[in-house]
Amino acid sequence: MNTAMVEAQGVRKSFGSTEILKGVDLRVERGSVTCLIGPSGSGKTTFLRCINHLEKVDSGRLYVDEHLVGYTERNGRLYEMKERQTARSRLNAGMVFQRFNLFPHMTVLENIVEAPIHVLGRPRNDVTAEAQTLLDRVGLGNRGHSYPQELSGGQQQRIAIARALAMKPKLMLFDEPTSALDPELVGEVLDVMKSLAEAGMTMVVVTHELGFARQVSDQVVFMDQGVVVESGPPSEVLGSPQHERTRAFLSKVL
Amino acid sequence: MQQSFIHDTGQAATAAPGESAPVVPLRHPVRLAIAVVLILVALSAAWDVAANQSYHWDVVISYLFAPQILAGAGLTIVLTVVSMTVGIAMGTVLAVMRLSANPIVSSISRAYIWFFRGTPLLVQLIFWYNIAALYPVIAFGLPFGGPSMVLGSANVLISPLGAALLGLSLNEAAYMAEIIRGGIGSVDKGQYDAARALGMSPAKLMNRVILPQAMRVVLPPTGNQVISMLKGTSLVSVLAISDLLYSAQIIYAANYQTIPLLIVASLWYLLMTTILSFFQTKLERRYGRGFDAAPRRTRQPKTRTA
Repeated sequence: MNTAMVEAQGVRKSFGSTEILKGVDLRVERGSVTCLIGPSGSGKTTFLRCINHLEKVDSGRLYVDEHLVGYTERNGRLYEMKERQTARSRLNAGMVFQRFNLFPHMTVLENIVEAPIHVLGRPRNDVTAEAQTLLDRVGLGNRGHSYPQELSGGQQQRIAIARALAMKPKLMLFDEPTSALDPELVGEVLDVMKSLAEAGMTMVVVTHELGFARQVSDQVVFMDQGVVVESGPPSEVLGSPQHERTRAFLSKVL
Repeated sequence: MQQSFIHDTGQAATAAPGESAPVVPLRHPVRLAIAVVLILVALSAAWDVAANQSYHWDVVISYLFAPQILAGAGLTIVLTVVSMTVGIAMGTVLAVMRLSANPIVSSISRAYIWFFRGTPLLVQLIFWYNIAALYPVIAFGLPFGGPSMVLGSANVLISPLGAALLGLSLNEAAYMAEIIRGGIGSVDKGQYDAARALGMSPAKLMNRVILPQAMRVVLPPTGNQVISMLKGTSLVSVLAISDLLYSAQIIYAANYQTIPLLIVASLWYLLMTTILSFFQTKLERRYGRGFDAAPRRTRQPKTRTA
């Protein structure tokens, strides 16, 4: 029955004495696109980072591909995983960051083949050929030997997407992928994400691009103050929001 | 308001737009005068050094390639290479320890750095030289008086050269630890996120992503350290080790040509530091890849968080 790609049950997370997530419940179906929207400080980025355990979940349960994230359940107790185990479990999800976070000391091609070779231990020749295909797919087939600094923000973000895809993840997480871009470069990144969605990738996207959310997503989740206020198809959440807080947020953004 | 606006446009019109007026570069007469004076001072100083008989340039030349001097220079290089290698390796370990989440591990690193940076190198060298006074016998074994295996007498195991290498390496490790810690701290936090999200283990993250980037920041001060180590090895002359300076001292103790032999030693030190600086520049270029390249378009990340 539990076939969701991501299933969150009462996920809580605090930084010091500040509680950022106050019991998040969420379900992401396989092959679907979920957009997380909400004001700054609502916890959407923190929740996204919990999904691949960049942040530790304090309480509640978070399943990715039916595996509990960061913990092993035995005899009714949750045992925290070792860092190496956590590293393994992260391979299910690829992540794209607001500020790209490409490795600046490596060329574009080296960025993409780094983890497949040194984490998965795959042969360099196979991985390099696949990396070239990925570069072509994001429209940067001729930039393999450039360094990230030589590329525009939009190009860097497309490389970052290719780098995440090279690990063949089951799920892609996007943390405000277009927020650090100049306005005229946003489109090229969203186009790559759209084609990825069309190819059936499961995606969770934290975004302020409501146009993208309306057009591409299957589910829009509005978060505020650490909880999910409202979720559903974009036509409902964005078109006829039920909650006062959702309406207030949308009226400010639109 | 209106008036001044009209006035401005009027001025712009007289500047003949579109026509290229000849450009008269600003002259710098004071700059020129200072340069001339400095050249004269430098020339007179050079002439004085060359003409002054007391420098005994003939003695300098005759000892420049003396076997003792060459052997001393060789030993100086060995001391520098070994001490720097051990110092960098230990320094890296200490830097990682210092950043550890385990408070005992980081405190030990902190205490080590505190102790070895806080006492003079000369004192440390003499200390290691006299270690036999504290520990006449060196042995491996269990602590608190448990069984142990005797390796031998401290005086035999820790020769003057051994004491010199120990002193220089352990001291250097403390300085390198701080330099490397600074380098690691300079790497953007997003790099950790990206590497972890790609499934890298902590060791792989450090070796493949963080340290190579830290190198760029670590290299210039490390170059400084190598050069000051090369010259710092001259301190071991107090342990009667015939490094470059001590070899020169032995010779001038016999023939009283103090100044010429110090010049000989200085010339060799200068040559070695010049060569080191050359390699430093090359290394810095190597690890600057991806950073020095002229950015086509600078990214301006807006700090927006959720």
